[in-house]
Amino acid sequence: MFIPHTPEDKKEMLQAIGVGSIEELFAQIPTALRYPAFNLPAALQEQALTRHMQELAAKNKSLLHFIGAGCEEHFIPAAVNALSCRGEFLTAYTPYQAEASQGTLQTIYEFQSCICELFDMEVCSASHYDGATALAEACAAALRINNKTKILYSAGLHPHYKEVLKTYLKHVPGLQLEEVPLQNGTVDLNALKEKLTPQVSCFAVAGPNFLGQLEPLEDISALVHGAGALLVSVAKPLALGVLHTPGQYGADFAVAEGQTLGNAMNFGGPGLGIFTCKKEYVRQVPGRIVGIAKDKAGKRSFVLTLQAREQHIRRERAASNICSNQALCALNAVIYLTLLGYGGLREVAELNLEKAHTLKDMLAADGHKLKFDGLFFNEFVLELNTPAKQVIKKLAKKGIAAGFDLGAVRKEWNNCLLVCVTETKTQADLEKYVQAMRGF
Amino acid sequence: MQEIIKQNALSIEKSRPGRRGVRFEKPQNTPEKYIPARYLRTHTPRLPQLSELDTVRHFTNLSRQNYCLDSHFYPLGSCTMKYNPKAYDVLSVLPALAQAHPFAPQEAVQGTLEILYNLQELLKEITGMSAFTLQPAAGAQGELTGILTARAYFDAQKDKKRTEVIVPDTAHGTNPATSHMAGYSVINIKSGPDGCVDKEALKTALSDKTAVVMLTVPNTVGLFEKDICEIADMVHAAGALLYMDGANFNALIGVAKPAAFGVDLMHLNLHKTFASPHGGGGPGSGPVGASAKLAPYLPKPLVEKKNGKFFLNAKMPKSLGRMKAFYGNIAVCIRAYCFLRQYDEQTLKDVAENAVLNANYVRVLLKDAFPAFFDAPCMHECVLTLQKDKMNGVRTADIAKRLLDYGFYAPTIYFPLIVPEALMIEPTETESKEMLDLFVQAMQRIFAEASQEPSMVHEAPHNQPVERIDEVSAAREPNLRW
Repeated sequence: MFIPHTPEDKKEMLQAIGVGSIEELFAQIPTALRYPAFNLPAALQEQALTRHMQELAAKNKSLLHFIGAGCEEHFIPAAVNALSCRGEFLTAYTPYQAEASQGTLQTIYEFQSCICELFDMEVCSASHYDGATALAEACAAALRINNKTKILYSAGLHPHYKEVLKTYLKHVPGLQLEEVPLQNGTVDLNALKEKLTPQVSCFAVAGPNFLGQLEPLEDISALVHGAGALLVSVAKPLALGVLHTPGQYGADFAVAEGQTLGNAMNFGGPGLGIFTCKKEYVRQVPGRIVGIAKDKAGKRSFVLTLQAREQHIRRERAASNICSNQALCALNAVIYLTLLGYGGLREVAELNLEKAHTLKDMLAADGHKLKFDGLFFNEFVLELNTPAKQVIKKLAKKGIAAGFDLGAVRKEWNNCLLVCVTETKTQADLEKYVQAMRGF
Repeated sequence: MQEIIKQNALSIEKSRPGRRGVRFEKPQNTPEKYIPARYLRTHTPRLPQLSELDTVRHFTNLSRQNYCLDSHFYPLGSCTMKYNPKAYDVLSVLPALAQAHPFAPQEAVQGTLEILYNLQELLKEITGMSAFTLQPAAGAQGELTGILTARAYFDAQKDKKRTEVIVPDTAHGTNPATSHMAGYSVINIKSGPDGCVDKEALKTALSDKTAVVMLTVPNTVGLFEKDICEIADMVHAAGALLYMDGANFNALIGVAKPAAFGVDLMHLNLHKTFASPHGGGGPGSGPVGASAKLAPYLPKPLVEKKNGKFFLNAKMPKSLGRMKAFYGNIAVCIRAYCFLRQYDEQTLKDVAENAVLNANYVRVLLKDAFPAFFDAPCMHECVLTLQKDKMNGVRTADIAKRLLDYGFYAPTIYFPLIVPEALMIEPTETESKEMLDLFVQAMQRIFAEASQEPSMVHEAPHNQPVERIDEVSAAREPNLRW
């Protein structure tokens, strides 16, 4: 498949090489290891493959989504994929030969710029695998900066982010990871104050947090910095169309999942790990960064820069082993942001805010109870009379993805459902949801 | 006209206040209705303001400043730039697949889960490994997953004395960086005169402190480790594990199964061997395979099947934990599944065989101008070097730039580190003989230019959107954003 050689081609090539058969070229592999049996299904030509994939896809059920929890459905203007699917972007490799890769390099520079503007941060990398790994890498960077021995993280982080953080950092010698509890859905500031000892390297906090609640990030920032620690925040990029920015509240590192900027959900992957920081920490940034350079004639051009941080040069002394970025997802994000501009982004953010609050009000008017009474952006928690697990099952039968079962995170939250509303929902969708939730 | 229309203007430089691409319905209320001022953004970000057409032209014109596989031969060694079938672009993002949510009720995502389960099974079959996780987002994350799996295994055995990972000097920089991230110290060993692992050096390095030996197979000079089984025995006799970096699996697919070499852990790069596009640097996907005794330590979850239903099983008590928020780069995995379904037991070997044929063809035709560093048949890529006395001061970097002028992307250069002035060429199985002949001609012409008009090579490229870039100028005073 996709191999162009005719039998004559092969004959001529083998002759040129001076061997009688292709198998001779594999003589380095011990005979006993060569050509084992493979048990594989029948090969499919394109037409049959297409049918096969359509049949598999048809086993998925299309749902009206009210689930967020780290991956959200948003409207993607057609121009985003039309542009990013161009072979010139899609089938290029990492821009090692900068002169023949100016397109990819400039889009990454523009991505870094747009994200810096949106986050109010000074530096943005070319991107990471996803929000969770970006968070882990930011905490690792904080440790390298101040050489302390403890990382505090908020109980309000996405539960999977906490797990990734532990996976990435559990082998750092002498490091302690400690959770700061929540109080009524947001960081318990008294507990945070107590835990902010001189050994603390950084505090990792999400705002809005996993429960959808906004955090008093200015207050948190003051406490953290007052204790000589660094602030690592997990932001929600679309929310920054209206909400206070990491730069505004003084985050040292701000990371995020950028899937919501023009990327489909794809069952959670690929994601887009956004990694930003203050300028003074640029040499601790793991992974690629694009910068402006000059060519021989003095013309502005773009290159991968500050590579002395990276694994191919520093090997075991590198900041990280990362050697790729999510270039295509970053491209989707920068096209999305360019199409929308701040005006469009603000509209999307306001619509998320408004529709989520409208649904909350409609549900409250229908007798439902909110678990927390704090501020939220586009996600909130319902406390039901029925286990959330059952509600999700029942609504799925009606074609609705009801939300995320918080019982999976904490047993006493068995009846709690995390609901997400984005700009994609119409008033009729909201009414359908309220109707379906009646009685739970 | 080229002076009038500035092709490489930034989007922000084309921006006009009030212009807009996409509009949404008007919100009824301002955010202040819901959120107090201290939680709101205080100033306007400088995002571009362009019409949709402006945006389309901006990115279309930028795309035209890229060399890519769809337009150019891309012989970038170790990157396996093979053709990315267009069908997979469509099939991997069928709406029902693209719109699947990772926390959707499992009965609503049976199609996605079935594809992932099938892919896990296929990867097991072609490598012989007992289990596969699709979770890692890239090859480097696959390596980290593999080494952390080994570490979880040793920790479970209460074997605390193993603190070292052995890595040959030909390894990708990711191998030592990965070992360090997993908390191991790195022992580098020299390669032998034949380009393969020096068994004596390995023997000396191995001890009861060795946790893992990381080998790239075929290695980065394009050679199969001929003593792989013996090496595996030595590693196992020391109580350590053998990790195989499968970045170069395109040389082996359909021809050999790594499990039979004695490999305990390995990763594959779906964006290399399995034909998914590189996207300008990612997303990739780096699934990790494990032997039966290591399988329980893989990251959670795995896709499993019970009573005909597929589900994500996160109940893995010995698991090392989670590597990323959600299970794998799914859109990339689906393409790899499509790729594997287009081959059967008879045809799968055609991939490796033709990849190896092409690499050797280029190696032999370029022998007089650019000899292979190790004069032996190679696998899927050949590593060439310069004859210093014939190059007139022309260096590998110059050749790379000059190739761009002739319409070819450059090979990987200056890697592996043990080869001086290295040119690492990987043609892949999807290139035709005619294309390889053209590439060889271009290389031979550059070789002739080196003696006849070296300035043409020194000053290359001559026909790219920009002239040779001074990369140091970017690091001096970094400008990383507008």
